[in-house]
Amino acid sequence: MRATGFKVLGVAVGLAAAGVLIGLYVSKLTTDAGSKAYTVPVQTQGGRKVVDLTIQTVAAVGPQLSPAHPDYVSYLVRDTQGKWLRRTVWRLPADATVHVTIYNFDGASGLRNPLYARPQGVDGNSFQLDGKPTDVINPDDTSHTFAVPAFGLIVPLTGVADNAKNQCGYAPCAMSMAHRTITFTFHTGKAGHYRWQCFVPCAAGWIDGFGGPMQTIGYMDGFLDVV
Amino acid sequence: MANPEPQQVNHGKRVIVAWIVVSVVATPLVAIFVGPALPPGNGSLQATEQVHDNTWMTAIVTPIIAFLAVFFIYALTQFRHRGGALVDGPPLRDDSRVRVWWLVITSVTVLFLAAFGTYQLLQNGSGGGQGPSPIAIPNGTKLPVQVIAQQWQFTYRYPTYGGVETPQLVLPADTYVELHVTSLDAIHSFWAIELGVKADANPGVDNVAYVKTKGPRTFHVRCAELCGLWHGYMFNNGRVLSPAQFTAWIKSQRSDFAAVAKYLPKYAKTYYPDPQRRAG
Amino acid sequence: MTVVRRLVGFNLLTACLLGIGGWYVGWFGAHGVVGPSLDYFGDIDFNELSLVLAYLGGVVGFLIGLGFLNYPIARLRGYPPSLREKETGGISRYFGLCTDHKVVGMQYLVGIGFFFFIGGLNAMLIRTELLRPDHQVWPAGTYLTVVGIHGSMMMGMMSSGLLGPFANYLIPILIGARRMAFPRIEALTFWLLMAAGAILETSIFFGGFPTGWTGYQPLGTEANPGIDCYYLFFALVGISMTLLGLNMIATVVTMRAPGLTWTRLPIFVWGVVSTSILMVLAAPVLVATLSMALLDRTAQTNFFVNAQGGASYLYENLFWVFGHPEVYILALPGFAIVLEILPVFARKPLWGYRLAVGGLLGVTLLSFFVWQHHLFMSGINGDLRPFYMLSTELISIPTGLTFICGMMTLWRGRIRYSVPMLFCLAWFFNFLIGGLSGVFLSDTPSDTTTHGSFFSMAHFHYTIMGGLVFTFFAAIYYWVPKMTGFQLNERLGKIHFWTMFAFFNLTFFPLFIAGFKGQPRRAVTYPHGLHFLNQWVSVAAFLLGGSMLLFLYNFVKSLVFDRIPAPADPWGSKSIEWQLPSPVPVQNFDRIPVFSSDPYGYGEGAPVAVPAGAPAGMS
Repeated sequence: MRATGFKVLGVAVGLAAAGVLIGLYVSKLTTDAGSKAYTVPVQTQGGRKVVDLTIQTVAAVGPQLSPAHPDYVSYLVRDTQGKWLRRTVWRLPADATVHVTIYNFDGASGLRNPLYARPQGVDGNSFQLDGKPTDVINPDDTSHTFAVPAFGLIVPLTGVADNAKNQCGYAPCAMSMAHRTITFTFHTGKAGHYRWQCFVPCAAGWIDGFGGPMQTIGYMDGFLDVV
Repeated sequence: MANPEPQQVNHGKRVIVAWIVVSVVATPLVAIFVGPALPPGNGSLQATEQVHDNTWMTAIVTPIIAFLAVFFIYALTQFRHRGGALVDGPPLRDDSRVRVWWLVITSVTVLFLAAFGTYQLLQNGSGGGQGPSPIAIPNGTKLPVQVIAQQWQFTYRYPTYGGVETPQLVLPADTYVELHVTSLDAIHSFWAIELGVKADANPGVDNVAYVKTKGPRTFHVRCAELCGLWHGYMFNNGRVLSPAQFTAWIKSQRSDFAAVAKYLPKYAKTYYPDPQRRAG
Repeated sequence: MTVVRRLVGFNLLTACLLGIGGWYVGWFGAHGVVGPSLDYFGDIDFNELSLVLAYLGGVVGFLIGLGFLNYPIARLRGYPPSLREKETGGISRYFGLCTDHKVVGMQYLVGIGFFFFIGGLNAMLIRTELLRPDHQVWPAGTYLTVVGIHGSMMMGMMSSGLLGPFANYLIPILIGARRMAFPRIEALTFWLLMAAGAILETSIFFGGFPTGWTGYQPLGTEANPGIDCYYLFFALVGISMTLLGLNMIATVVTMRAPGLTWTRLPIFVWGVVSTSILMVLAAPVLVATLSMALLDRTAQTNFFVNAQGGASYLYENLFWVFGHPEVYILALPGFAIVLEILPVFARKPLWGYRLAVGGLLGVTLLSFFVWQHHLFMSGINGDLRPFYMLSTELISIPTGLTFICGMMTLWRGRIRYSVPMLFCLAWFFNFLIGGLSGVFLSDTPSDTTTHGSFFSMAHFHYTIMGGLVFTFFAAIYYWVPKMTGFQLNERLGKIHFWTMFAFFNLTFFPLFIAGFKGQPRRAVTYPHGLHFLNQWVSVAAFLLGGSMLLFLYNFVKSLVFDRIPAPADPWGSKSIEWQLPSPVPVQNFDRIPVFSSDPYGYGEGAPVAVPAGAPAGMS
């Protein structure tokens, strides 16, 4: 009888250990700070939903926002308190007008496919670069792109000049530091889960510039969670 | 010594007869009803040829399936042994008739399939990527279209229309198209599902595939080779338009992308764009 | 106190501790020697070389902890040679280096089973993600890691899934020997495999890897450091497979008992030999390829980088030079197990013995000449496609020989449907579907649509899961009573069989349709039109997982709780292992047996295969 007790105990311990291990494994797979959705606040203007999305792109995300990968290049989103969050999944309403402001603090890397130097899928197929309407930029001056292929949306972001003073090292970057301001407007369609990404090979040191932050949610990739 | 079973019934004859009956009934049914319903459909000449190919193969494997089905149903029911005591079966170790017939039938089937597939392939490549120097080239004029894969989108260039590049794929109807598939970074695979086209996109390689479009329609394009984070999102819709609509479309694209035209590299079979390794 | 004393010494615990220690030695050693900025990966926050050296240090520490250096050092110090290590010592033999082939077989069974269930768990995670067309259950990217771990775990670990447990346990017995030719190498293959499996799992701590089980370049070069774990895993698996194959061939060639001519060998031995030939010739290519890939990542070589003078085609070629023999490494032992078990339950001699051997060797030979069918659409060697189409379809002929030998063995037999027999019969069904769908894939025109789609995924699950895993369970139900001395519950076994067979087919058959309709492999999204099909498959896959748990329940219940002693020969087999007591004693035989026939003399009145040398007191 005692032997049976030991066996039952052994099996119970085994089951518990398996349960804990599976739980840890699954939670390790699901835990990713950058992939938590940030819900962008919605206003209504003239019966139409309007959203203001303010983001910044930084050359290095910094230990404060990403202890694991402080050197990764990254997108950040500004919340209503003016705080910058390392979140790249943004919840937006369907059939809404989205005004986007991007502060780019990063230098230029250059595009591998120059086609993306031409903005597409935004109102007027052009954007405002530091207040100036622009419908194409030099591909070599491109720092990043904001692209949602499902919407046919691509906006190239001009980089900070290589010799600019007061360049930002680690994020979050203060607005007093060297940056370019890009604004544009686009419209969300029907509800869905749309990826966005950067097309500039901006992952420093990775072959073709497409490793690390370019292939990790929370840095140069994310979703528009249109609901 | 073993006790050879008295041959009251000729099991072999029964199986063969049942097989012939089932095959004769099933094979035409499969060829007529199942075959034409097989993918990839009727979206292009190549797609139709693949359906034809699939129909033939399905028809050929039908008697094979029928034989195994008849054999196993018969053997597993007829030769089942019930009861506790172990009884040995007849010690059959070989039969040259079975051996020869089996080898002849499987060899003939296999060689026929290989010959048939080769014949089909050499017509025009069946929509598959043939590499930089294709061997199965259809006759006549062809519209060259370049497919440029990158992480993670396909873009398309039309060298005969000023080398205009666009993220949309539009093809004219009833036209032979010569697709040049290449990549700027990792390995991708261009799969135009309803057109029956698939060609891997390798960096620095010009992979050529031919497809003859039929009437106007839409089709899906997906990446079919694992290429990183957004592999599952690397898709878009393509359109086949009438020649007049196509001409209008390509004109609109040329004006839309006129601003960026001067920055595009000269049309080439492959591209090794900078920056290769720098960034920052 | 005795427990404490047992924990000290060269065993698994010491090995794990030294393994962790070795990992840090490698990690900090590399940091100290090369600094954090050897390469272009260095100017971001990671040093690839450190990670690779850390794992190599870990493996070395693990092996030292197990005691693999004890014997060579003892020999250097002048101690006499010995072929045995740790062959006494009860249950603790199983937790360390032991040169008894029966202990290694049991270690393999449990170890491989453990990683098989981890691979299965990942399959469940994949199907959870695919319940919905584009919703992300896991963060994007994690899906690819899960797919990669599932594929690599199943392909890597299950390469030794049949040879590991069953060949190691049975080959010396079947050929009338007392041990393998190289008993320490035999133990080494097992422990290397365990280290490899652990390394693969740790890739989740380094960002996972996006390449699936094929590790294509240049995607592999640009991936997160997690892919180093994949490359090291598969390289270690390759080394383990090479050594395993070498050991098997050497054992069968040199250690057969008197009278055991090549034509009297059980067909399972032939299956092991042909698989071993594949392992010895194919796996080194894998090890070399992955070493080159690791050098590309760490030392900035450019073997596979097109723009720098390398070739991504080179990786594809080398990988599939290994990769296609690999799928037959998985399938061939299954063929042999089916042909080994059928005569026992049909009560007839194996029909066409020479034909069956010819089939096995024919597959072995041909499988080296078909690899470029994996590259039909890649644009490489367009004019060689007819050749690869022909060679691929020719493989149907030797495979067909296995079918006809099995079928004619059943013909006019006295068939009993015991659990091992049911799994073997299911093999015919599964492999028929797997083989015939392979005809569509080998036909280049048809392959245009099916290549890289769920069609090919369903095809290789029918051949590998339907071919390997079903025979794996056949072998378990057949031989585990001999290996452990206890019966497995027949009723639960039958329920396990029928649920597994049903849900296996309900899972994988619809995937042929999904692939035909345009669902690519390894893609996290699919068109909304395929939603129902995918949900169906997911539910069936979960039930298939449940069927596996039922097996686990049966295994634990029968072997731990019920413990009903198995008779020496529960199946009425004439093969030699069943003439020995269950479990087989440490020395196998008191005297080496003399063989006068093959083990298939059913209905011939032939004597069982042990005319002499049976151990005293045997039933």
